[in-house]
Amino acid sequence: MSVRLKILEAIKQIAQEQHVKLPPLTDDLSLHETGFDSLAFAILVARLEDELGTDPFTISEDAAFPSTIGDFVRAYENVPA
Amino acid sequence: MSPREIFALRDYLSPELKGRTISDAHHLVSLTDVLSHTVLGGRLRELAGRSVLLKLSDQLKSGLAMIELDGVARRMLLCPPDLNPAHLDALIADAEIDAVVTDDPASWADKAIALIVSAQLPPIASAPARTERATEWLMLTSGTSGVPKIAAHTLEALTGAIVAEGPARGPAPVWATFYDIRRYGGLQIFLRAVLSGGSMVLSDPHEALGDHVARLNACGVKHISGTPSHWRKLLMSGAAAQFAPRYVRLSGEIADQAVLDGLKAAFPDSSIGHAYASTEAGVGFAVNDGLEGFPADYVGANRNGVEMKVVDGSLRIRSKCIAHAYVGRNATALADSDGFVDSGDMVELRGERYYFVGRRGGIINIGGLKVHPEEIEAVINRHPDVRMSRAKSRKSPITGGIVVADVILADGTDPARAKEIRDQIVTQCRAQLASHKVPAVIRFVDALDVTPAGKLARSDA
Repeated sequence: MSVRLKILEAIKQIAQEQHVKLPPLTDDLSLHETGFDSLAFAILVARLEDELGTDPFTISEDAAFPSTIGDFVRAYENVPA
Repeated sequence: MSPREIFALRDYLSPELKGRTISDAHHLVSLTDVLSHTVLGGRLRELAGRSVLLKLSDQLKSGLAMIELDGVARRMLLCPPDLNPAHLDALIADAEIDAVVTDDPASWADKAIALIVSAQLPPIASAPARTERATEWLMLTSGTSGVPKIAAHTLEALTGAIVAEGPARGPAPVWATFYDIRRYGGLQIFLRAVLSGGSMVLSDPHEALGDHVARLNACGVKHISGTPSHWRKLLMSGAAAQFAPRYVRLSGEIADQAVLDGLKAAFPDSSIGHAYASTEAGVGFAVNDGLEGFPADYVGANRNGVEMKVVDGSLRIRSKCIAHAYVGRNATALADSDGFVDSGDMVELRGERYYFVGRRGGIINIGGLKVHPEEIEAVINRHPDVRMSRAKSRKSPITGGIVVADVILADGTDPARAKEIRDQIVTQCRAQLASHKVPAVIRFVDALDVTPAGKLARSDA
């Protein structure tokens, strides 16, 4: 499974747990519009760290938190393995 | 000799009660003849009136030395096996130690201690000693990361709950505990064995659980105590099937409903109860209705000489069984001005019952909110496929911290069900806990660390 697919799967799983109704996950969807609160994002980042072995937001001090789904996925894709 | 009659351990031991023993995995010693024998090489007189550090490699020699020293030494400091050697000098100074009982005398050659006495097995014949003073019992508190505090007890306070219960009915029982007897929970069982006219089977940290259970069976153990973590390990080991104790007791950690139910299923014919006690607060109470927590009316009343109140969420206890002081240069007051000890154990009233939610010092911070990991574990442990769990905090770049949980599944759980079980645990937690307490990540693990004191290791708490 590609990094993108893994991330989208994790988002859907957390949405289900948190009873969040997701809009379609397009690249230009702003993270705010996902309906996720900061706890849901914290869970997402922790699970992705376990699954992908990296947390791009902790590694780089100046990393700005992404604003769209597309930015979020790219933050993971751009981390050297 | 004394104006008031002083009882020491030797005064509860009499050669008339035949067949009494104390044993570990390697040795068996007669308690019937113990008064006419010595493990101190006959040097007890030299220790009279001294402040003695009891630093021995095993529980058997420790217990026998306690019997000899009580009523003769000024005080004795019991060193549990996991005592950090770096703390020894501070403890020696704080307790004004001027003698050491050891089975490793070479290691004391370069220390400035006036008197070093070797202890050895088997005991050798020696003239019985007489009780001449009330010895102060010094015990170390567990769970602190720095130098442990020294809590001082009298034998009278240590045995208050045992004496209040009166003599055991029926044949003299055989007692055992998963605890080390140099800790409060284990010492209570050792004292029960001495006072009740019974025998005692000691634990051995190097022994496999199956071998330990076989030994408990061979010795006819009927009363046994341990922490919930000790009992969970037994339930997971498969060794429980060969064991049928009559009295099962839990203390030292929160006994949640899952472990109580698990023990009831494993030992359907046993009496299963949990007790509340601590090194400082002494024996508080016992709960024998099979339910977690304790009835609300235990608080406020004077029950068997024990009074309890709840202030700022923590349980406070006053009784004649509490330790009388902390000892040492920086010793703080052990009790408040009314004589109540703050246990640091946090409770919550729900309906007609109080429930333990965790230690005040064990709170983890989740995005600025305070969370007791024990509260989360109690919910996770209720899942029928879960044997044991540990919740902790993990750093998060977004909220500062999130809850993660390590979970041990029951033996033989199909790995293919892991996702299903994880979803069920999350659903269960969401239904019963505030959202920030629901574990964000659940890991299935094969084992969780348990400290030498028998408590779930919480290095990050």
